[in-house]
Amino acid sequence: MYKILKKETVAPQVEAMIIDAPYIARHHQAGNFVVLRIDEKGERIPLTIADADSEKGTITLLFQKIGKTTEKLGTLKPGTAIRDIAGPLGHATPILQYGHCVLVGGGIGSATLYPILKALNKKNNRVTVILGARTSDLLVWGDRFKALSDEVLFTTDDGSSGLKGLVTGALKDVMDKSEVKIVIAVGPIRMMQAVAELTKPYNIKTLVSLNPVMVEGTGMCGACRVTVGGKTRFACIEGPEFDAHEVDFHVLADRLEFYREEEQESMKLFKKKKCKRNCKK
Amino acid sequence: MRTRDAKKRSRDFREVALGLTERQALKEARRCLQCKKPMCVEGCPVEINIPAFIAAIRNTDFPGALNVIRQYNMLPAVCGRVCPQENQCQSRCILGKKKAPIAIGALERFAADYEARKGLSERPVKIRPNGHKVAVIGSGPAGLTAAADLAKMGYDITIFEALHEAGGVLLYGIPEFRLPKKIIKREIEYVKSLGVKILLNWVVGKTQTIEELFREGFRAVFIGVGAGSPRYMSIPGENLNNVYFASEFLTRVNLMKAEQFPRYDTPVKKARKVAVIGGGNVAMDSARTALRLGAEKVFIVYRRSGDEMPSRQEEVEHAKKEGIIFKFLTNPKEIIGDERGYVKAIRCDRMVLCEPDTSGRRRPECSGEEFILDVDQVIMAIGQTSNPILVRSIEGLKLWGAGYIEVDENGASNIPGIFAGGDISTGAATVISAMGAGKRAARAIHDFIAKPK
Repeated sequence: MYKILKKETVAPQVEAMIIDAPYIARHHQAGNFVVLRIDEKGERIPLTIADADSEKGTITLLFQKIGKTTEKLGTLKPGTAIRDIAGPLGHATPILQYGHCVLVGGGIGSATLYPILKALNKKNNRVTVILGARTSDLLVWGDRFKALSDEVLFTTDDGSSGLKGLVTGALKDVMDKSEVKIVIAVGPIRMMQAVAELTKPYNIKTLVSLNPVMVEGTGMCGACRVTVGGKTRFACIEGPEFDAHEVDFHVLADRLEFYREEEQESMKLFKKKKCKRNCKK
Repeated sequence: MRTRDAKKRSRDFREVALGLTERQALKEARRCLQCKKPMCVEGCPVEINIPAFIAAIRNTDFPGALNVIRQYNMLPAVCGRVCPQENQCQSRCILGKKKAPIAIGALERFAADYEARKGLSERPVKIRPNGHKVAVIGSGPAGLTAAADLAKMGYDITIFEALHEAGGVLLYGIPEFRLPKKIIKREIEYVKSLGVKILLNWVVGKTQTIEELFREGFRAVFIGVGAGSPRYMSIPGENLNNVYFASEFLTRVNLMKAEQFPRYDTPVKKARKVAVIGGGNVAMDSARTALRLGAEKVFIVYRRSGDEMPSRQEEVEHAKKEGIIFKFLTNPKEIIGDERGYVKAIRCDRMVLCEPDTSGRRRPECSGEEFILDVDQVIMAIGQTSNPILVRSIEGLKLWGAGYIEVDENGASNIPGIFAGGDISTGAATVISAMGAGKRAARAIHDFIAKPK
């Protein structure tokens, strides 16, 4: 059992949770994720480790409540526990002394980028962070990024914060003005694909962190397979980061749709039960 | 052995084979010749004293029979069900020369199930702790066996398991209708009763490294992590929706209980027409699972003929009776998808058999003729290979082939203190051969710790 120490709502439908998991905290590197299962009947889902404190033995998970499992996770209170957490899984982000790095995050993607930012800082890189969302409420951890980056640019679709428009607009400006060595983008598929298409003609190394469906997360089932450079790769043990210019985003998008019906059915049932419980009270 | 009616059983997940009644068991045991030089024992990878346990059954001392088996084999209820006895002990039985050999597997299962039914529990083994810690990585058949044997010798054993439940391939690989989960749980409880600790969600190589285990005072490590990584064909369309690797399909059902969705949160897609590619036990398990999930038609698509199929004959018979359709000499070369990215058919080559290849089986070759099989789900069951997580995390560990650990006949790797056995050192094989490897490694680990050179 993994005890929840603290929980905080950081944006509408987005929660941050600090969990006691000393071994995972101690071995965590930027880019890693965990697979968790809330209870006996739960499914196994992957979540990025958004932060870790090896001294306190804690990890921070940041998640958006979009399905039954994340909704249910959001109902858990500090003091209670999550039944299973395995990790840290996946390859670590390659952290070198690159020079000017740009991190591009869409919505909850900032969870993955935060440890990468910390690690890049340790290697004395110059880091520009571009965070985008539909509207200003949905920008996650903006202050934390500001505190650690050389430059943070916000973009919103409605112009409620920062630049009005998409992250790609801001990224293009940065790349035109400075010699960018690497771009790391994490967020919705369409955003990552747009970033990949934008950086390709500039010939800038670009990594994306993929979020396919996973079951066990340790290379044994192949549920998370993605097509990269025309080849089948397992995101759990060969990723989750891949060369953005090689990723087949269509296959990824199709595969993410595969269980949509079941996800909706699960969610409907969960809300019905939750409603019943609340009515009884 | 009695089995449940094929029509009924093919729509639920309850066990197919029913086991022997007391009367049947006694009758079968009385047929045993009690050979002075028992050939059956030589056929057993863990060398169970088979005549002795059969003699106990003859004397209606069923718990005594189980005690005999347990001296050699920690998982009798499992092995009684999934061991390929027809190629091992039973194939050596003298009676088999003229008529049916003794049904040793069925008797082993009977002894184990008798205890489970009657709730008798063996007198606890007296263990004198010797204070030495040994780590066992993986809780499948190899790991459980090594752990139990070492625990009996007095070692302080911790098993590290990556998944949220112990049992390894017995749990996520073999379906309920062939090996009920409660039986695995029972066998694991027995191993725990010997003082073995099991840490779950512990991915050695990630959560902790082997080096750290040694630093924490473990004197030796046994690696029994299996060959869990799926093989695939690399044909077009392999990543379409509704193409499953058998390991994912079976894990969803066996480990995550997806057949009970939405009572359990993990879903699995049910399809009308399913093609399972492959001819081994995993292919049979996948096909029969698909049928139980409600498929109308399930095909086994295999590139050689029925004679070359690596699967157990018994499983093929069960599958046929349940209505699985076998398409032999058929090799898929493309999976065709619709505009939404879902499977709609497979394009196959019709094969002919030529001269035997290195495996001794006749090699299939394209006849030049191809055809299309309409299906809405494809399950790839063409084998497993080694998982890189742990083996690649150990610097200097000698590997062979596709990343298997090179060991000597006792399971010792090139690094002192690191031992391995089961599929991770041999490539995909059987439950009982993994157990045999666990046993040999346990002895070698004891020698390594107790008698340093």
